[in-house]
Amino acid sequence: MKVLVFVEQRDGKIKSSAFEALTVGARLAGSPTDAAAVVVGAEAGALASQLAGYGIDKVYTVSGADFALYNAMTYSAAVDAAIKDFSAQVVIGVASPMGRDFFPRLAARHDAALLTDVITVEWKDGALHGTKPMYAGKCRAHLVSQNSNVHFVTIRPNVMPAQKTGTGAAAASALQVAGASAQSKTAEIRKGKSEKADLTEASLIISGGRAMGSADNFKILSECADVIGATVGASRAAVDSGYATHDMQVGQTGKTVNPNLYIACGISGSIQHMAGMRTSKVIVAVNTDKDAPIFTIANYGIVGDLFQVVPVLTKKLKELVGH
Amino acid sequence: MKIVVLLKQTPDTETKIKIDASGAGIDHSDTKYIINPYDEFAIEEALQIKEKNGGTPEVVIMSFGDEKARELIIKGLAMGGDRGVLISSAGLEAADSLTVAKVLAAAVKAEGASIVLCGRQAIDDDNMHVGTMTAELLSWPHVNVVTKLTVTGEKAHAEREVEGGKVEVMDVSLPAVFGAHKSLNTPRYASLPGIMKAKKKPFDSKTPADFGLNPADLKGKIKVAVKGYEYPPAKPAGKLFQGEDVEVMVGKVVELLRSEAKVL
Repeated sequence: MKVLVFVEQRDGKIKSSAFEALTVGARLAGSPTDAAAVVVGAEAGALASQLAGYGIDKVYTVSGADFALYNAMTYSAAVDAAIKDFSAQVVIGVASPMGRDFFPRLAARHDAALLTDVITVEWKDGALHGTKPMYAGKCRAHLVSQNSNVHFVTIRPNVMPAQKTGTGAAAASALQVAGASAQSKTAEIRKGKSEKADLTEASLIISGGRAMGSADNFKILSECADVIGATVGASRAAVDSGYATHDMQVGQTGKTVNPNLYIACGISGSIQHMAGMRTSKVIVAVNTDKDAPIFTIANYGIVGDLFQVVPVLTKKLKELVGH
Repeated sequence: MKIVVLLKQTPDTETKIKIDASGAGIDHSDTKYIINPYDEFAIEEALQIKEKNGGTPEVVIMSFGDEKARELIIKGLAMGGDRGVLISSAGLEAADSLTVAKVLAAAVKAEGASIVLCGRQAIDDDNMHVGTMTAELLSWPHVNVVTKLTVTGEKAHAEREVEGGKVEVMDVSLPAVFGAHKSLNTPRYASLPGIMKAKKKPFDSKTPADFGLNPADLKGKIKVAVKGYEYPPAKPAGKLFQGEDVEVMVGKVVELLRSEAKVL
């Protein structure tokens, strides 16, 4: 079975999650000759050699100024050219903002199945079988592809580890693809305001709820976060009360996060909030109400007032990191 | 100019998801349905575009679903939509996103719309498929996770949020599909007169056959089947500290984070 992996790069840097997708691709293909990758970007050719040893023999590269900035139309055209040249039966990507943006176009173009954001994936009896969190993680669905000649899947980042096998030549093969789309142009990609990792990528998060009481009070969380390089999040109640901005919201209608450590301060633990952070590896909860639902999923809980607990936490963390 | 807003009914975010006894489906007997929260931003944006264009574009609120979606479409009309369209999902309850997109693309084409607005994703299946697939089937461009949208004549300027707070700035030609993100606007509440008027606004009840599609054919081509559901593994009980001095409790937790959990 022939497997094509879309390898995502931004600003000439391959995303670490792309190696996770390559590892899945090599496993499903079974042999390096049946696995290929496709890299799209201003100078995609220069990146191919970085994929050596991940179990794929061929790397399609689509280069040029027209592909410098991500655009759903041009990137779809580029990956489609690789699908056709390789006669790929399975196409794998990552459920990143980019992968999730253009894989649906390709699936519709091929009248084919797309499994999105899966945490397991197997190829069995000519079909893709995947497990997908739904309802922001409240349950998981077992999905199977059918009635398709090409089967598309995007994997959730940070779940299936990348593994170098040492096989796979990753020989570059340049594809010529017509560039610019008359319908859609990416004018620019602006850098974010924040230097901090985005909540969805952060490994440490400290979040505040309605009990924060004001936007000003969030400062005590930022001070604590700065000590350990954490990103500050918020519950919907805090956002709706105007204490925090919407891009800080964790939960079903905010961001689904997956950090190593999640510290919830003054968050009671509504179903929709817990859906967005329950997969955090370690959860610490601080709340005055010992019956708050958040304590049911917390590894460590402190029953207490966050305005007393957080400054002490900041102090102790400072001692720990040594300044 | 005509604007179609695609609306999906989803369980309320506070719904506890219950898997049925067979494990093959979800028990929705106690579920309260709401307009998919992101779709409310799409409705609001459509109304603002209408207001900025002298009130001339018609705003159509469209859903593919069962009878329960009717009252949610009417909510959209109460906010200010002009006409409702409910396309019956009877016989296609197991439709996957591409099947839904095929029906909606046919309906949007029949409407002759130049702008389609929808939510960035539905909060039930979390797929982020239907708007983009609809655009592809119509050979239109799309911009999803839109935080800012400006329509000028046959062009649109849209900003979309990606990882790390980065913003992709897009120029697209109409017709096009836009998927609304939270920060796009603040959805209005329906006014009392709006609610009174909504029930009298035009409402079309359709089936896929009205757009030349055969539900049995569509059903035979569903691409993704759901074979069953499971709950995520339960977390073991944690350690709760209470009644001690704050210094002591915080000290214990920090020590556990370092030595036991090894995350610091």
